[in-house]
Amino acid sequence: MPWWRNRVVLPWVIQAAVALTVLVLIAFLLGNLIRNLTAAGLLLSWNWLGQPAGFDIAETLLPFDASQPYWRGLAAGLVNTLRVVLAGLVGSTLLGTLLGMASFSSNGLLRGLTRAYVEIVRNIPLLLQLVFWYFVVFLSLPNGTAAIQLPGVVLAKSGLYLAWFGEGLRWLGPYLVNGVWQAPLRLSVEFGALLTGLVAYSAAFIAEVVRGGIAAVAKGQWEAASSLGLSWFQTLRQVVLPQALRVIVPGLNTQYISLAKNSALAVAVGYTDLYSVAETTLNQTGRAVEVVLLLLAAYLVLDLFISLVMNGLNRLVQIRER
Amino acid sequence: MNPLLRRLRQDLFATPADSLLSIALLAILASGSTAFLHWAFSRAQWAVIQANSTLFALGRYPIEQQWRLWLLTALLAAAAGIGWGMLRSHPRTDRSGRLWPANDRIAALLLLLSLALPWALGLALPIQLRWWALSGLLLLLRWLAGRFGPGLPPALKRLLPLGLPLLYLIGMLLIGGGLGLAPVPPSEWGGLLLTLLQASFAILLCFPLGVLLALGRRSDLPLLRWGSVIYIEFIRGAPLITLLFLGQNMLGFLLPGGMAPERVWRAAWVLTLFAAAYLAEAVRSGLAAVPRGQVEAARSLGLSLPQAFSTVVLPQALRVALPSMVGQFISLLQDTTLLSLIGLMELLGTARTVMANPAFLGKNAEVYLTLAVLFWCCCAALGLGSRALERRLDPAAVVRSG
Repeated sequence: MPWWRNRVVLPWVIQAAVALTVLVLIAFLLGNLIRNLTAAGLLLSWNWLGQPAGFDIAETLLPFDASQPYWRGLAAGLVNTLRVVLAGLVGSTLLGTLLGMASFSSNGLLRGLTRAYVEIVRNIPLLLQLVFWYFVVFLSLPNGTAAIQLPGVVLAKSGLYLAWFGEGLRWLGPYLVNGVWQAPLRLSVEFGALLTGLVAYSAAFIAEVVRGGIAAVAKGQWEAASSLGLSWFQTLRQVVLPQALRVIVPGLNTQYISLAKNSALAVAVGYTDLYSVAETTLNQTGRAVEVVLLLLAAYLVLDLFISLVMNGLNRLVQIRER
Repeated sequence: MNPLLRRLRQDLFATPADSLLSIALLAILASGSTAFLHWAFSRAQWAVIQANSTLFALGRYPIEQQWRLWLLTALLAAAAGIGWGMLRSHPRTDRSGRLWPANDRIAALLLLLSLALPWALGLALPIQLRWWALSGLLLLLRWLAGRFGPGLPPALKRLLPLGLPLLYLIGMLLIGGGLGLAPVPPSEWGGLLLTLLQASFAILLCFPLGVLLALGRRSDLPLLRWGSVIYIEFIRGAPLITLLFLGQNMLGFLLPGGMAPERVWRAAWVLTLFAAAYLAEAVRSGLAAVPRGQVEAARSLGLSLPQAFSTVVLPQALRVALPSMVGQFISLLQDTTLLSLIGLMELLGTARTVMANPAFLGKNAEVYLTLAVLFWCCCAALGLGSRALERRLDPAAVVRSG
């Protein structure tokens, strides 16, 4: 029997060939990398992380200024990313669930509008939506007394002002000082535009996941619940959703991870997230390899963390069969 | 009662709560659309689109070479006309017994659009005339192919699909130059041209790569399986923008000096490698839907393993995977907008340069809205095409009509 017909030898030959090709390719790329980096005087090193950054970040939860080292700047960027991802997860889950439920409403108009929303949002690039929210909606907001004012909330071109506890734990709403709004809690319009865009976009996808989950519950469940006298909302909340969750949660996992990755588009609306800080750092230090490695590792860990939490949740909502 | 009234009552006014909700929604819808129409027809200044229509379409492509792109558009229109006509002369019934492609309504709509749109956009008369000529060509060839296509010898008919890759090569030649045509460097390609080029290049190349990765992930050989898994999960774990960033900043270090491709091509390769990982997952779900017995049956008929996969398993798997694959293609088309963040002049990048022009400052809403409509139409058309193809490939339909 020739060797290319031998069921024992052949797999090993194929695998060895593939491994050899991949190894040669990696060796070629790594060899070039080391040669080029040596020539440019940029051999892999992490010392630059401790040098002063020399740039400022407009809005941070983690205090940061230009005299602090690069790693502090990257950490502040990471915290900013986590902030918008966390807020986005909560917002898009709420809106998406509402939209998903609305697509089963008895009201035909509401069903049609939900459908239209999903079709419009899913067929327009997210980046285009983000710049639209930022340049067209948020940057054309009025300032001063003309700002949009609700109890405890003021939305102006200079930011979103919220009531919160001021000095001495006194509840303090937004107030005007010389035509400029002041409040204990201020969110920038950049954050606002990014969050709105991400929530509006992800909600359309989450709505589809929720709709699929609800559709997967047998029709008899609806009929049985309504013959027991439960209202539409009671049926949904107490009978259908608990069963739909086991279909919904794995789909949500995918959507949450893409929301976390999509948050890197913050750079388009001027919000300083991890990617944006990394870009500035690269421009200043020229440390391409280290910065790219840090970026990839950070997003990989974030994705893995979301997956871990969602897998835990998935185990909780699975129906335990007898 | 009138069926329309009954339908309205059932849909909108079934219960008091529904009635209230309907009235509130109608009020919001009415006020929103009047406000929008008022803005679109009295306050918006659409001159920014008309004045820059060439820039949006082609970027900074040299004016004296633009005839090449008109020629390419004419070739594409001809190919579309012939393909459409051939499909139409071999109709199949779908599951519900309707013929597809069935009627001339789409043709009439296209004719109407092609007559009205260039006029409504206020394009210059010579350009209007060219668009009308192009749509005339498309419809004429569709009719000719439908009339005389079935009479062609079968050998010739089998050769027709080979025209498509040939057309792509001719297109690249016309765009980039060579073989006697003046070269136009990729840095001068822009606008819709660059968007469509990037998307079509990535779609064409990510398809074979994605299929190979999916087969690798389901392979019995552990090394192939683990290699594919690592590649797919690594790519899917990173945001596209960081990979594009990697491509622009690290590729120069990874290749011997001077071998790194041009920026436009770097981005095209990153898009391709990125899309391949997602496509592999779509194909994998299709492969999972094909029962194991299919391979075993094919093998016992004497087909070799590659034959069994290429003639039995893959055709079935790809048909199942078609909707999610087209979904990936749609998001790939949308992802080309990210190229504007690394400084390429595709549609969104062109839009930014237009809005930086002092003459058009502050015309964000008009420009972004136009781009949104353009993208929406392209993506919706891809979705519709995929659904039509699904119906045509439906095995139940083939059995019924055959």
